[in-house]
Amino acid sequence: MLVDAWVIAAKDLRIEWRSRVAFNQLAPFALVVLVLFAFALDSQQTVLAEATPGLLWITILLALVLCVQRTFVTEGAPGLADQLRLSGLDPAGIFLGKALGVFVQLVALEILTVAGAAILYSTHFGSIGLMICAALAASVGLAASGSLYGALLLGVRGRETLLPLLLLPVVAPVLIGATSAFQAALGTGDVTLDQAWRWVGLLAAFAVAYLLAGLFAFGPLLEDT
Amino acid sequence: MTSIDTGLAEAPSAVEPTRDAPVGTSSTASRILGVVTLVLTAVGLTYSLVISPPDANQSNAARLLYIHVPSAIIAYVAFGVTAIASVMVLWRKTEVWDLIAGASAEIGIVFTSLCLITGMLWGRPIWGIYWTWDARLTTTALLLVLFVGYVALRRALAGTANRAKWCAIAGIIAAIDVPIVHQSTNWWVTLHQGQTVRLLGESEIGGTMLFSLLLMMVAGLCGYVWLLLIRFRVGYLAERVDESAFDEAIAQRRAEAAAQKRTAHRTAPTAPVAQKMATHTASTEVD
Repeated sequence: MLVDAWVIAAKDLRIEWRSRVAFNQLAPFALVVLVLFAFALDSQQTVLAEATPGLLWITILLALVLCVQRTFVTEGAPGLADQLRLSGLDPAGIFLGKALGVFVQLVALEILTVAGAAILYSTHFGSIGLMICAALAASVGLAASGSLYGALLLGVRGRETLLPLLLLPVVAPVLIGATSAFQAALGTGDVTLDQAWRWVGLLAAFAVAYLLAGLFAFGPLLEDT
Repeated sequence: MTSIDTGLAEAPSAVEPTRDAPVGTSSTASRILGVVTLVLTAVGLTYSLVISPPDANQSNAARLLYIHVPSAIIAYVAFGVTAIASVMVLWRKTEVWDLIAGASAEIGIVFTSLCLITGMLWGRPIWGIYWTWDARLTTTALLLVLFVGYVALRRALAGTANRAKWCAIAGIIAAIDVPIVHQSTNWWVTLHQGQTVRLLGESEIGGTMLFSLLLMMVAGLCGYVWLLLIRFRVGYLAERVDESAFDEAIAQRRAEAAAQKRTAHRTAPTAPVAQKMATHTASTEVD
C-alpha cells in the first residue's frame, strides 16, 4: 500500500514539476490573495497584524481548492480512471498517494505564504515549533479531506463549483484550529500555549478521521467511476 | 437503470402494481398523518401564541421558542436519519435507504433554516443582535451548509448509476465532521469570549408553556414523518418515470423504424425528388 502511495505521489509531483502549474499559478495566486487582504485592511497595521493567522489560513484553504482541482484534473481524462483501476494499485494506496501529493504542495505553499506574511505584514514569530506542528497536522487533514472530495467529484457535472461548496464547510474546524494555534504562536490573540497544543490535538484528530475515511471509502469510490 | 436492488416490489410500470410499491404521492395512512399534523399544529400554535402566558423576562418574544426548539430538535433528528440511512445504503445496497437519506436531508434543511430564522428573530429583541458566534449557533449553521452541499451533490449526480453509493459516502464524511465541528466551535467560543450566551434563559417553564412546547414538538415530529413519506414517494416515482421514459423512448424509436421500413417498401425514391434535391444543392452553392 505504501509503495503504491509513493508511485502515485511521485507521478503527481513529477507532473507538477514538469507542468510548473503549482509554481507558475498557485504560488502567485496565494501571494495575490495576501496582497488583496492587505489592500482591504491596509492603513491599519494593528488590524492586519491581529488578523494575520486567519488570513494566512484562508489563503491556504483557497489554494487547497485549486490544488485539489488541479490534482484530479489530471485523472479526469476519459478512460484514465479505468486505467488507474486496471493498474493493480491498491485503492487505499492511490488515496494515500493523492493525499501525499496534495500535502507536499500545501506545505510548500504554507512556507511561501508565511514568508510572504513575514515580509508584507511584518509578522513576528514566537514559537516556531508550535507553528510547524500545527501546520503539518492541518495540512494532513486538508490533504486527506481534499483528496476524498476530489475523488468523489471525479466525473461529476459542475464539479468546479461543487468542490468549494462541499469541501470548505468540512474543513472549517481546520481553519478554526490552525488559526487558534497560530494566534498563540504569533502572540496575536489571547490563546495560551497550552490551549494551542490542544488545538493541535484537534487538528491531528481531524487528520486521522479523514485519513481513515479515505482509506475505507476510496475502494468503493474507484470501483465504478 | 441502476445496478441497485429496488428493495421494493417490482416497479409500477408492470401491469399490476403490487401493494407495497407506491403508485401515488400519498396513501391513506399518510393522509391521516397529514390531517393529524395540521390539527396538532393548529392547536399547538393556538396554545403557544394565544393561550400560554407571556414569559416573565422575555414577554411575547419567548413564543418564538415554541417553533424554534422543536425545529432544532427535528433538524438534528433529520440529519441523524440521513447519516444512518447513508450507512444502510452501503450495507444493504437498497434504493429505499438512498431515497430516505435524500428526503430526510432536504427536510432537515427546511427545519434547520426555520430554526436559524426563528432564533435570529428571537435574538434581536432578547440579545440585541441577530447573530452571535455561540458554539451551538455556529455548529447549526455549518450543519446547514454541509447538508446543502450534500443535496447539491445529489442533484448533480441525478440519473447516474452510482448516485446512491457516492451520496452515501458523501453523507457519511459530512456526518464525521459534525462532532469535530461541535468540539472546535465549543473551544473556539470559550477561548474567545468569557461567557457564552445561553440559548434558554434560567426561567423554568411549566404548566401551559411546557404543554405548548411538547404539543409543538409532537406536531413537528408528525410533520417531519409526513413530509418524509411524501418526499420518499415522490423520489421513488421520479426514478420510475425516468426508467419508463427510457423504455417508452425506445418503443417509439422502434415503432418509427418499423413505419419507415413499411413506407420504404411501398414507395421507392422517385426521379423528380432526386432532381429536386440536386437543384437545391446547386442553388445553395451559388448562394
